[in-house]
Amino acid sequence: MAALAIDDAAKGKGIAPLPGRSFSLSRFGGRWLSPVLLLLLWEAGSRSGLIPERTLAAPSAVIGTLIDMLISGELPSNLLVSFARVTAGLVLGVTLGLVTGLIAGLSSTGELAIDPLMQIKRTIPALALTPLFIVWFGIGETPKVALIAFATIFPVYLNLYSGIRGVDPRLLDAAKSFGLSRWEQIWHVVLPATLPSLLVGLRYALSISILVLVVAEQINASAGLGYLINNARDFMRTDIIVVCLMVYAILGLGADWLVRIIEARALIWRPSIVEQ
Amino acid sequence: MDARLGFSTVDAAVHHPQPEPVVRLRGFTRRFGANTIIEGLDLDIAPGEFIALLGRSGSGKTTLLRTLAGLDEVRGQDVDVPASRAVVFQDARLLPWKPVWKNVALGLKGDVRERAETALREVGLGHRITAWPLTLSGGEAQRVALARALVREPKLLLLDEPFAALDALTRYRMHELVLSLWHRHKPAVLIVTHDVEEAIALADRVLVLDKGRIVAEERITARRGERAGLSGRLREKLLSHLGGDDHGDGVVPFGPIAEAAE
Ligand SMILES: Nc1ncnc2c1ncn2[C@@H]1O[C@H](COP(=O)(O)OP(=O)(O)O)[C@@H](O)[C@H]1O
Ligand SMILES: [Mg+2]
Repeated sequence: MAALAIDDAAKGKGIAPLPGRSFSLSRFGGRWLSPVLLLLLWEAGSRSGLIPERTLAAPSAVIGTLIDMLISGELPSNLLVSFARVTAGLVLGVTLGLVTGLIAGLSSTGELAIDPLMQIKRTIPALALTPLFIVWFGIGETPKVALIAFATIFPVYLNLYSGIRGVDPRLLDAAKSFGLSRWEQIWHVVLPATLPSLLVGLRYALSISILVLVVAEQINASAGLGYLINNARDFMRTDIIVVCLMVYAILGLGADWLVRIIEARALIWRPSIVEQ
Repeated sequence: MDARLGFSTVDAAVHHPQPEPVVRLRGFTRRFGANTIIEGLDLDIAPGEFIALLGRSGSGKTTLLRTLAGLDEVRGQDVDVPASRAVVFQDARLLPWKPVWKNVALGLKGDVRERAETALREVGLGHRITAWPLTLSGGEAQRVALARALVREPKLLLLDEPFAALDALTRYRMHELVLSLWHRHKPAVLIVTHDVEEAIALADRVLVLDKGRIVAEERITARRGERAGLSGRLREKLLSHLGGDDHGDGVVPFGPIAEAAE
């Protein structure tokens, strides 16, 4: 009897979602509903004095500040400084990750030399090195770039290395049977096979780089988004702080978008992408 | 040896005056650790000859084929294989990131696109030249693998259970395709299979490999297409060899099941 009752309940549930589907808001505007509601509540809270400006500026004030900072050139010039930092750190870190990953992946001697060091390095959180880097490199641009580089080596290294080691040996056999030299095998088989995994590593590296940028910029900066935030903190300008947070978020989204574009072009042979 | 039978058991003592073989193995032995997979194997393949290699799973067929393909080291052994050889594996092993024609042209030099397209048209895939391999059906992928092997004009074509994963109708079409390509290009062919019918339909000579040795060798003289009649007797004969020795680990249908039922 109990089984019967459950059966009936399940049937009832099976029919229930149908009328819900005709409610169009849940399909179209639905995903925007709660964020917009939150913004409205926030604005209302600020206007009624429930949220003091020192705690959090109103959304309308944030937008006004954003426009002012854009027009005065304050935001673009500082954004450019931060962008240059993260780019320099990334180029350095990704390059080192590529080189070490290739060496360790392609040669067993290289693996023996590099992999233990990388595994040790992995156990040290990059940000914990901040004090040491300040002692070594001072408080200029160098420690900031070095921190970003240091933190982004590993995801690139690990994904490239394991990607190379995971190449299907049967494909390599096929290439060998057609007389491809070692370098031709690497070029035509190993590297393309590694690309999906390498792109995953690159995506990690990009998001880590922005995380480290945020912290590294707190080191006595005289320009950049971090400098803007520090200044705003001193004057309790929560509107400027929120603007800078938005810019960090946009940087993160942009990085993700970049990797997606690369993936869509480089991995066009994958059926999920082919079918689109 | 009765010519009317359409096939004949090859007697090692009878010497066939033949042209210089393309493949010549003498006393070939292959071990993995303590396991001897192939032991003291002699094999000659004449130019343009079509050989089928039968054997149970694990009997060493792939191991032998890998040696002929030059994929394994043959330290100091008496192994002669031609430099121009090509392999078709059971799984087509196309590189998924290269379009079909680049897979066919892999490792070639010169005006490769033209040659790849010609080869693809030959296997009936002229319309899929720029397709991505992961969008092909199993039969199409195997035809690309055939084109990739043939475009090299090999003296020795090695096929390792190439059609085992295909449905019966596709497999039958592939047999016809392989034979027509063989007639046109005349490479020596060694096809590994566990399908006795396939061996009989295709080969000039059928070898049965068991426990690392060739335990039977049949030459089929009947024309292809007229082999339906001889198929029954020859099939029984080959199957008995495939079953191994009578008291060993051979085919004992229902044996263990009967025991379990008691
Ligand atoms: N690389 C290897 N290392 C160890 N044993 C192997 C290796 N390759 C094949 N073998 C063994 O050799 C035997 C024959 O294998 P294989 O030639 O693939 O058989 P077949 O193709 O006839 O099914 C099997 O028992 C297999 O386990
Ligand atoms: Mg096999």
